[in-house]
Amino acid sequence: MIAVLGVVLASAASAVGDVLSSEAMYQSAMRFAIVLAFAAAGEWVAERAGTLNISIEAMMIGGAYASAVAFGAFDIVPLALLVGVLAGVVVALVQAHLSHQLSIDQFVVGLTLNLFVLGLALFLDSKWEAVTSVVKPTRLPVLHDIPVVGEALFGQPWPMYLIVPVVPLAWWLVFRTRWGLEIRSVGDNPQSADVSGIHVNRRRRESIMVAGAFAGLGGGVLVLGQISIAGYESGHVGLKGIIAIAAVIFGGWTLRGTLMGCVLFGYFFALQQTLPVLGYRINAQLAASLPYLVALLVTAVFATRTRQPRALAQPFVRGLT
Amino acid sequence: MTTTDPAATHATSTSTSASTSASATSTSASRGVTLVLLYVLAIAIALALSAALIAITGGPWRKVLTALLDGSFRRPGRWGDTLAESAPLLVVALGAIVSTRAGLVNIGQEGQLAVGAATATYVATHGGGPLVLLFALVAGVVGGAVWAGIAALLRYWRRVPEVITTLLLVFVASQGTGYLLTRTFLLLDDDPNKPNRVQTSAQVDADTRIGFIRVFGNEFPWSVVLAVVLAVVVAVMLSRSTWGFKLSVLGRNPRTAQRIGVPVVLAGAAALMISGAFAGLAGAAMLAAGTANYRYTPGFANNIGWEGLLVALVARNRPLVCIPVALVFGALRTGSGFLAATGVERSIVDVVRSLLVLALLVPPAVAAIQRRRVSPPPAPVATDEPVVAVAR
Repeated sequence: MIAVLGVVLASAASAVGDVLSSEAMYQSAMRFAIVLAFAAAGEWVAERAGTLNISIEAMMIGGAYASAVAFGAFDIVPLALLVGVLAGVVVALVQAHLSHQLSIDQFVVGLTLNLFVLGLALFLDSKWEAVTSVVKPTRLPVLHDIPVVGEALFGQPWPMYLIVPVVPLAWWLVFRTRWGLEIRSVGDNPQSADVSGIHVNRRRRESIMVAGAFAGLGGGVLVLGQISIAGYESGHVGLKGIIAIAAVIFGGWTLRGTLMGCVLFGYFFALQQTLPVLGYRINAQLAASLPYLVALLVTAVFATRTRQPRALAQPFVRGLT
Repeated sequence: MTTTDPAATHATSTSTSASTSASATSTSASRGVTLVLLYVLAIAIALALSAALIAITGGPWRKVLTALLDGSFRRPGRWGDTLAESAPLLVVALGAIVSTRAGLVNIGQEGQLAVGAATATYVATHGGGPLVLLFALVAGVVGGAVWAGIAALLRYWRRVPEVITTLLLVFVASQGTGYLLTRTFLLLDDDPNKPNRVQTSAQVDADTRIGFIRVFGNEFPWSVVLAVVLAVVVAVMLSRSTWGFKLSVLGRNPRTAQRIGVPVVLAGAAALMISGAFAGLAGAAMLAAGTANYRYTPGFANNIGWEGLLVALVARNRPLVCIPVALVFGALRTGSGFLAATGVERSIVDVVRSLLVLALLVPPAVAAIQRRRVSPPPAPVATDEPVVAVAR
């Protein structure tokens, strides 16, 4: 009995050892984490303004499909990414104006947008199939020779590196600009923000635009920056936007924590891809739902321990308290 | 006498109050006309956009329209299918209304439906006896309720927004029920002469199937009748029962609900679980009414959960309005089967549907804003009391 248990434990330990020493694992996890981080950084800005956008999913899908089509048409990666950003912003425009100008329930708008964009991309893809070629990894000299993690951190396709300016940009916007101060006040106490002359719903709409731009870029990077992906496929995004929201909750509405959440979820997404390659047999359904199960678990543990923006997900209508 | 001064109106005779109420009805009538116009405009824009989308991608939009009508109503035997398709949409929508009434956003019906269908399949394929159909339906109800219960638990115990958890659970449900189909002691068909290699459950027995009603060459399962009855029951319960009243207080203001003695956590969790139970029932009824040839298959839910949720949104959470809306959405589903002949992908139906829903969200919101602008908030009633007395 004890011997069996010992063998099981030993094999589990060796599996962990293999995973931790596998370069492919780190590379794959890093890619998932970066894609999540684009969306999560945007969603973090929007949530600091007190909005909760499940349409971040739609923004990612829009960005992914538009980028893939634009790349197929022009064959220029920066232009394709820009088109992805635009698509994300367009989705964000609809979400922002319906939910924070017409005061329609933001979850209702978000859900409908998710289904709409998913269906639209599926329909358009049947006509204009978006095929992308693989972007070659850009290896930074010397640094990518670091054992184990060098390739993951410094040997990615170049669109992945866009996360390096995007995250500080999000931080700077929220903590170092007047706009960011207003965003935070709108997220914590919209009534007093309103009284002190801040246009609450306009700030919220703008924060959603930022989320749309970042998430659209994330969608573009998802299709153009991944090694293994050649074009848009329905289900590519596959609730990664919702996982990004889970990352924000995990991070306790701090940017640093949010990024850590992205790395965590990226790791579990990568596990599903890498374990079979390393020769471990894992139940396919369990492996596929692992990131989602972890997201459920992690939000359950962390949702109450941290201070969320006080007016999170509460619509603002002047005169109502 | 001016009616603009609220204090004056407050103290006047019946003649003035009659005139103000008359003017109120006239403005509300004009508002009603505006609302109808807005609705017509919104639907027209949505349909025009859809037609434009089809035209841009090189499809014949007129043919698409006739194909949709042929497939849903005009061809012989089609409206029976449309009714059969609408029933689960209606049931899912009713559940969504219950949770929305309590102020909870359950958007995981797709997963709850899959789990309900899977548990019903388990009971149907492992059980027997005269009451097996009833047991299968109950199993579906329990399965859906439990799956929504996870979200309720996380909502009230750990304060995780139910929007996120119900969505994540959809994915877990599809994978989890997929796992059930890989083991013969769970759901996988152990018949060696399986028709194809797709992993499906065994076919449920004849006594677990819902009977069909035949009218004018159309046939539909009696679960359609059950769905309509459920709609009436939910409508009555929500508008006429204490439970329904407590639920709407809870949805409008949880703090008030607590003060008047509504058990917030219990009532909220129950509402979420009831909403899941409806989705699970829809799944079980789909199985027993012959969806996927009386088998549980991967992708069994087939977007019924999402579309049922949209039915509730379009009906603006009124149970009886759900009946015609579910019929329209069911017609879109059956009609989309006839699109292959026109060369337009059937996924266009998804686009048209969600575009319609988006368009239909706008008119009531615009009307609400207009109402706020027209009538300013009530001014405080002037009293003879000194201010100090008020402050005390």
